[in-house]
Amino acid sequence: MKKQIQVSEEVLAEMHRHALAVFPNECVGFFYGQSSEGAKNVTEYSPLENSKEGDQRRRFEVNPLDYMKAERYALSNQVELLGVFHSHPLHPAIPSEHDLKQAVPFFSYIIVSVNENQVENTASWQLNEENQFEEELLNSN
Amino acid sequence: MANIIIPTPLRKFTNNQPSVESNGSTVQESVEDLAKQFPDLSKHIFDAEGKIRQFIRIYVGDEDINALDNENTKVDSSTVISIIPAIAGGIN
Repeated sequence: MKKQIQVSEEVLAEMHRHALAVFPNECVGFFYGQSSEGAKNVTEYSPLENSKEGDQRRRFEVNPLDYMKAERYALSNQVELLGVFHSHPLHPAIPSEHDLKQAVPFFSYIIVSVNENQVENTASWQLNEENQFEEELLNSN
Repeated sequence: MANIIIPTPLRKFTNNQPSVESNGSTVQESVEDLAKQFPDLSKHIFDAEGKIRQFIRIYVGDEDINALDNENTKVDSSTVISIIPAIAGGIN
């Protein structure tokens, strides 16, 4: 049975705006909310600076200090850091080998496929026990 | 003795504890003690040679241990160690 991830409409709109704003570069951000067995509820999005040096049209990176701040924010606001959002400009919303190499357990990876005018597709992925990505059922309300 | 902040993705290996007290006088000893307390965590922190994995960064306070004395950085009871997974990716 697929895992589920619920993302509020406002949060999804914020994510999409962020992805379009930085096109043709890749965007990155963290999202927060609550999790239970097999389901996540995303209520907040926090855009981050893509700290990748070099071609940001194909790569993103999060500064470790931004990561630390995100964990501190989650702890002090009684929310969970649920995962990472990023865009794939002009590419499908499917995790790449590069995404897989650095993926961590538990986090959801929401990816949007985006072109210069619009978001083409949004999908969410999580590692399974075999360390492979599995798509989650993404709902928005 | 130091306090180690566990990143959210690894908390299922520490019974959902966001931080853990760990024995040791250096970062290396502290992280090894953490792995001893929670053996399932070990493969997510150490590689096959027992070294801290390439995609894990360790900070003491707000400093990367690479800018200090690496794994030999001294710690005491007031030290906060953060384990930080490298978050990165991209198209193909």
